[in-house]
This record gives sequence, structure tokens and C-alpha cells, in this order.
Amino acid sequence: MKMSFIKTIEEKGIEALSLIAAITIWQIVADRVVHNKFLLPSFYDVIASFFIVVKSGLIFEDTLTSLLHFSIGIAAAFIIGIPLGIAMGWFKKANRAIDPIIEILRPIPPLAWIPFAIVWFGLTHQAAGFVVFVGMIFPIVINTYSGFKNVPKVYVEAAKALGCTRNIDLIRFIAIPSATPSIAAGIRIAMGVGWMCLVAAEMFGVSDRGLGYQIWHNYYLHRMDFVLVYMLLLGFLGLFIDRFFRNYVDAKLLRWTAGTVV
Amino acid sequence: MGRVSIKNVSRIFSKKEDGTGTEALRNISFDVEDGEFVCLLGPSGCGKTTLLRIIAGLETLTSGEITLNGAPITGPDPKRGMVFQQYSLFPWRTVIDNITFGLEMQGMKKAEARKQVEKYIELVGLEQFKNSYPYELSGGMQQRAAIARALANEPEVLLMDEPFGALDAQTRNILQDELLKIWEQKHVTFIFVTHSVDEAVFLSDRVVVMTSRPGRIKEIVNIDLPRPRCRTGPEANRLRDYVLKLLEEERFKR
Repeated sequence: MKMSFIKTIEEKGIEALSLIAAITIWQIVADRVVHNKFLLPSFYDVIASFFIVVKSGLIFEDTLTSLLHFSIGIAAAFIIGIPLGIAMGWFKKANRAIDPIIEILRPIPPLAWIPFAIVWFGLTHQAAGFVVFVGMIFPIVINTYSGFKNVPKVYVEAAKALGCTRNIDLIRFIAIPSATPSIAAGIRIAMGVGWMCLVAAEMFGVSDRGLGYQIWHNYYLHRMDFVLVYMLLLGFLGLFIDRFFRNYVDAKLLRWTAGTVV
Repeated sequence: MGRVSIKNVSRIFSKKEDGTGTEALRNISFDVEDGEFVCLLGPSGCGKTTLLRIIAGLETLTSGEITLNGAPITGPDPKRGMVFQQYSLFPWRTVIDNITFGLEMQGMKKAEARKQVEKYIELVGLEQFKNSYPYELSGGMQQRAAIARALANEPEVLLMDEPFGALDAQTRNILQDELLKIWEQKHVTFIFVTHSVDEAVFLSDRVVVMTSRPGRIKEIVNIDLPRPRCRTGPEANRLRDYVLKLLEEERFKR
């Protein structure tokens, strides 16, 4: 136990020192130079505020609310985006039919949908989820499409020669596995965009709960230390979700790509 | 039974834009007997791969007919196995799961299929690597697995499109020896495309030499050497020399 602790320090020493140095400088600058809790709360202030929101239990409710919004968005983007991308990548006519619509809708920034999200769904979780969905759908569709478009011809022909000739089987046994790295990359990009949209949607009043909402709410109350608490929390959660997804996908779905650069 | 009959086959690739076409094959006719080993040999671009792909059902013909045991070929079929020049193993499946693919497509349960293909894995000597992913295998091992995958469907004809083209000379020789052993053990008709005269003379019963584009049959050369063959015996050298001269004539015609 002790040995592994020392080993960790040896291996991650530079990384840990760098973090400690950054926090120390932050603390000194905030506490001795800026000297203004509104302009720049110190590390200590943020930690203290963090314990306050943990104690009050607010933090759990807001985190869960934000995760719920995110889940609604990601589920909808999955259910609609992946089949759409598959259809576009596999059937030329589907691509010709869907592509113009996507090309027109795609450049609209997802946040521009917030008014309609409120009009259509009211101040509900679905409204926030809808904004996340708009942010996530395009990277998922486009990466699924390009993954399907780039299925090497030789795999399709080899499958046909082995007796796999129906479109549905070719999609299931050849195209989907072959496109998985591209689809996974699309989901990762989408999660980054979706996370941003989530915060913005909650800030702009689509919800009266959630981490994004709390940032705006505490800003109104001029409690910048709390604003920082929620900012950091969003950052760590985003990092955690991305890491979790990546490790899961690499271990479960993409073992066969080990040794190649994705 | 795997008797392939090719009758007056022509193939023209037409360009959509201007209506002109490239004539790839012109009036090809020959028969391949059941259990025979035939090589298609010709200068590059002569259409030998196109002909093989038409037999596989992956390409269409413009006119003529190809039959397998009398039945016309209309599309791909597991009765006609194919081994490609490029590495064609599915990289997301392990070696054994690649080999079971054809049986799974026929509706066999995976566990059952795994038991069935065990003998093909042994046949190509990949017991140690059956649970490896293709990226962990050398080029020669990948082609061995591809051969096993095609054999697992128990095809009547095995079509091979320069399967050893990307391998180094030693590995190539080893795989040629192994392929002949497989051919002797399994009752399968082989149609093998190559651009290597040595390979064609070493492997086949007959070599179909094709002309440069548009591909026609220049001559069908009988290789009546006893097996097992010696790569550098005087008789083999004489035949090699003869086939090389045929190809050289084509080069100057261009």
C-alpha cells in the first residue's frame, strides 16, 4: 500500500506539483493581491463554499438535474441521429433526401433554439434536454454517415462472397462494426457540444434547477465563490463523463483497433 | 462438384458522362474441370481480376455466360469462396470469429460454428492465434486465415485474386506449398489469378494466358509436371521460359 503510494508520487510527481503550484499561485493572488472576493474568490473561499452546498444537499439535486437534462438530450440524439446517419451512409437516395435539410439546419447555433424549446416544452426538463439534443445530433449524424461511407469495399465484398448479401445483414455485421470508431468519435465530440449547450440552456432560464442555472443564480446574488464552485464542478463532471465513455468504448467496443491510431 | 464453364464472356466498362467505354474482356471461353487448379495469368490491366470477380458474382458481365455445374452465376454465393489480394479479414473479429462468419450467416449458432471450423484452423496452422485480432497477425498469417475462412463454407470453387501478391518471397513459397497441400486434401476447384509466371507454373494444372487489354485468351498452357513439383527443375524452367515468351509478345504489342 505504502509502496504503491510512493510509486504514484514518483510517476505523477510533475503533474501533481504543477497542480499544487497553480492552486498556490491562485490562492496567493486572490488573497494577497486582488483582495476582492467578488473579482476573484480564493481557493479557500471556493472550498468553503463547496462544503456549504454539499451540506445543504443542493449540489446533489442540481447535479442530478443537469445529468437528467444531458441524458434526455443524448438519448434522443442517439435514437434519431444514428439511424439517420446509417440511412444516409448506406442508401444514396436517403442521403440526397436528408442532406439538404441537415445542411440548412446545422449552421444554426443550438442556443438559437432556446426560445422554441421553451415555447414547445415549457420550463421542463425536456426543454433543456431538447437544446442538448440539438447540439449533439449533428456531430453524431455526420460521423455515423462518414463511418458508413468509408466502410472498406473489400469487407463488404468478402462478406458477400461468404453468403452475407442482404442489406440488413451487411449493415449489422459489416458496416456498424467497421464504423464504430467513427461513431464513437462523433459521440465524444457531441458530448462536448452537448455539455456546453446544457449550461447555456439552464442559464437562459429553460430550467430553474441544474448546475448552469446555479451559476447564473449565484451571479445575480454576487456570490462569485459559488459561481466558481459550479464552474469547477461542471468541468470535473465533463472530464469524468468523457473519460468514462472513452475507457468504456476502448475496452468493450474498440479492442480490435489497439495498435492502430484512431 | 465444381465445374466452371465460361462461354463467350465480354465485359465493357462504360463511362456515364460521355458514353464511351473500356473493353476489359473480349469473348473469353474456357472450361475448368472439377477439382482442377487453373491459373489466370496476364499483363497488368488485362482483365484477369475482372474475370475472377465476374465468376465470384461481384461483377456483372456485358455478354456471355458463366455456369457452375450448369447453373448460371447471377450473384455471390458461398459455393464460390473468394480470397482477396488485400487483407480482407474483418478487423473487429478474432481469427476464429472471422472463420465462423460464413457458417453464422447460414444460421449456425456461434458455439457450434466454432467447433466446426476447428479443423480449418488446424489446416492452416493458426491454432495458437485463433483468439487474436487480425492486427496482431503477420501478412502471411492473415492470408492463411482468409483461406480458412473461405474453406469453412465448404465451397465447390475457390477463387483467389493474387492472394500472395503482398507477401515477401519466402512467405509466398511457403504458402504456395501449403495451398497445394490443402488442394490435395480438399476436393475443391481452384481458379487463381496471378501475375507471377513462377507461381502459375508451380501451382497449376493449366495456365490461361491472357492478352493485354482488351483481355482475350492468348493460349492455354498445360503444365503436365508431376507433383510434388520442383521449382527449378529443367522441365519447369522450359515451361516458365515458354510462358514468359508469350507474355513478352504481349508487351511489345502495346
